[in-house]
Amino acid sequence: MSTHFKKKSAKSSPSIPMASMPDIIFMLIIFFMVTTVLRETEIQVRTTLPRAEALTKIDQKRLVSYMYIGPLKLANNQLGDTSIQIDDALIEDLPSVRSIMYRKLLDQPRLIVSLRVDQSSEMGIVIDVQQELREAGTLRINYSSKPEMI
Amino acid sequence: MAGLLKKKKEREGGEIPTASMADIAFLLLIFFLVTTTINVDTGIGMTLPPKLDEDQEPPPVRERNMLKILVNAEGRVLIEDRPSAIPRVREEVKKHTLNEGEDPNYAESMAKAVVSLKTDRQTPYDTYINVIDEIWMAYFEMWDAEARAMGFPDYAAYRDYIDENEEENLIRKKIKAQISIAEPDAG
Repeated sequence: MSTHFKKKSAKSSPSIPMASMPDIIFMLIIFFMVTTVLRETEIQVRTTLPRAEALTKIDQKRLVSYMYIGPLKLANNQLGDTSIQIDDALIEDLPSVRSIMYRKLLDQPRLIVSLRVDQSSEMGIVIDVQQELREAGTLRINYSSKPEMI
Repeated sequence: MAGLLKKKKEREGGEIPTASMADIAFLLLIFFLVTTTINVDTGIGMTLPPKLDEDQEPPPVRERNMLKILVNAEGRVLIEDRPSAIPRVREEVKKHTLNEGEDPNYAESMAKAVVSLKTDRQTPYDTYINVIDEIWMAYFEMWDAEARAMGFPDYAAYRDYIDENEEENLIRKKIKAQISIAEPDAG
């Protein structure tokens, strides 16, 4: 009995092999790096944001829907007419803003529309968009701007 | 010769220690976890007025309670029909709101004070943002002053104190930021 016990303890190795640990971790890192999609919508209009002082942070990102207004980016660094982009698509006519935003509002009643407007845009288009937003009922808006340079 | 060869063979047995590799990988992982900042969106929050019905008139506001700010296409500012400049807006908004019926040209009371901002269709957006920014800064400064009078270091501390519960926000109830964005005239 005593000899049998001794034999068993001698056979089992006392520690887990740690040599493969880095490989496992690297594998995990690489797996997540490959599978994570940092989806950033391709913005087809130029939006150089204005700078402001009275800024508030939006911490509830899931409430936010972005709307881009600015000159269209064309090939070879040229700029076209001022256009509106919501998510991935360029908006051809203003009234469709209303239906798109209304549908978004039904999905998320506390929707905040973040207007990312190019600083060189004219107020006309911004006011037209705001009128459409009022029609749609999406009243919470946010003029996206960057902090003032000090 | 044979002795030399044997010695060389012995040296080949050396290995790089891999036990610390896991720690290095973890350290790198933690470093990137800590340093990565998911960019936070900042901006000027506004609430648009709800749509009015065809037959519904906008609520009447007495002339003296409304501070009219006009910005034209060149970015020039008119406050109450007097030529002014963007940096003056903050002061005027404060004077208007905190007037409490003293000066007949400014508001009767804090609750009734309204700031109306009107732009041209050709006004550049960044000029508009600059003016809106000045108006909001005026309110922020007034709220800060109010919070200090209540014994808080600033308005942010007061908001923390009431747990950002807007229902109980006495400062916001006292000094409402009533900004009206007027539609530009046609043409």
